[in-house]
Amino acid sequence: MNKFIRKFYIFLMYSFLYLPILVLIIFSFNEGKILGKWESFSLIWYKQLFSDKEILSAVYNTFLVAIISTFFATVIGSLGAIGISRYRSDIKAIFMNINQIPVLNPDIIIAVCLMALYRSFDFSFGIITLILSHIAFTVPYVVLSVLPKLKQMPDELAEAAMDLGATPTETLVKVIFPYIKPGIISGALMAFTLSLDDFVISFFTTGNGVETISTLVFSMVRRGINPKINALSALLFLVVLLLMIITNFRSNKEGKNN
Amino acid sequence: MNNYKKTAFPYIIWAFLFIIVSLLMVFYYAFTSDTNTLTFENFVRFFNGSSLVTLLQSLKIALITTIICLLVGYPFAFLVSRMKFKYRTIALMLVIIPMWMNFLLRTYSWVNILSRNGMLNSLLDIFGISKVDIIYTQVAVVIGMVYNFLPFMVLPIYTVFDKMDHSLIEAAYDLGCNKYQTFRKVIFPLSISGIISGVIMVFIPAISTFEITALLGGNKTNLIGNIIEQQFSVVGDWHYGSAISVVLMSFLLLSIVFNKINLKIQNRKIKSSRLELDGENYE
Repeated sequence: MNKFIRKFYIFLMYSFLYLPILVLIIFSFNEGKILGKWESFSLIWYKQLFSDKEILSAVYNTFLVAIISTFFATVIGSLGAIGISRYRSDIKAIFMNINQIPVLNPDIIIAVCLMALYRSFDFSFGIITLILSHIAFTVPYVVLSVLPKLKQMPDELAEAAMDLGATPTETLVKVIFPYIKPGIISGALMAFTLSLDDFVISFFTTGNGVETISTLVFSMVRRGINPKINALSALLFLVVLLLMIITNFRSNKEGKNN
Repeated sequence: MNNYKKTAFPYIIWAFLFIIVSLLMVFYYAFTSDTNTLTFENFVRFFNGSSLVTLLQSLKIALITTIICLLVGYPFAFLVSRMKFKYRTIALMLVIIPMWMNFLLRTYSWVNILSRNGMLNSLLDIFGISKVDIIYTQVAVVIGMVYNFLPFMVLPIYTVFDKMDHSLIEAAYDLGCNKYQTFRKVIFPLSISGIISGVIMVFIPAISTFEITALLGGNKTNLIGNIIEQQFSVVGDWHYGSAISVVLMSFLLLSIVFNKINLKIQNRKIKSSRLELDGENYE
């Protein structure tokens, strides 16, 4: 009986987590426009989705911004972490506290801060401010995932490389980077997913009609419910699921090979 | 070794500009008027107006959300941590996968479920129960928030359970504790650090959200985040919007400081209880 209650509880929790996703996917195949009312199976919303220029450009913008900002955030964050780890511990603590500010602050505050910054420099809002903002709010996460790896690294490794005649740059590329690579990769992945999923910061710092998936969904939902959104979410979910399965499969394989 | 200090320069410039200068700019806007003169008018306006009621309302809803997440998520995290290793990784993945999907889309889906002609009401109709109007109420907002933030509660608590030293639990049993006592005296105190980080991770986004209220609360429910959003995107009053942001920030700062103190006290308690145990052993 006790075991049954436990299993039932776990089942309930997962239903709660997955019910909305299932609803979206099922109704993306519904011919009718009214939600919650099944009419007949149809792919009409998928067809409309792929001919909707607004949605396609939002998908393009979302990935463009995510890729560019992940690249810059990873470079700035990783180099930053390496640099910070060489400072005296009290200075390091100051850096870490500053680094925590965007991590702890809610998105809306970060967004307001960035808006104020752009406005005081007379920047016009658009794709550039959008990318800058995404770099800005993802860098701290890269730093946070690279620093523990640097802590694990024995100081002797870099010293030995330099004793053996490597220049600091060579040491950086051939010794330090390979050692902290897992931290850099997980930081980059985190930056990428945060950027893809972001709504609040994009909503405030974009302009000139540049829309991402999130901001477009928000304005579409406000204009009225649209089944094309269901089709879009079903496709996105499928992509994410596939990515997860592939990465999981690969890491399993690597684990076995090791 | 000090060569590498230079590699932090881009980061330092970035942190200075995007964290410190941007924060200062918000404070600048908050304490000035349109004519760029120093004023406290924005704050006076906030504390005398209806916005203060909205802030209290946001606090209430955020608290309710946090408590529900804790009550629901704690047993869930516990049960997952007790699964066999093989199932545990899958169970954990299943908690994380929904978070990979755009959260606006997931929140929007609740409109389908909760609306007047939605799935919930069709289901109630089958059982002959009269329709309920949940959508565009505070209840819908709380459901949306719990749905979105529950993983933030489950994951840190799970981590604590996962890392928990099982020999301590076994020791409690060996020393004659029953299940309830073991939970109250060993498992629960050891999980408090997870609870605290879970509470922070749920409370902070819950108090500042405006998108969940906009989607599920209709125009009836307004939270502090919505007021900030309206100031910037509709009204265009940057000074007042910044002032409310500063108030919200100070609130978060308070809760973080409080939690840090709380964490320290808990650590001390655990340490001292360990000392007591040691003392008893020596006697």
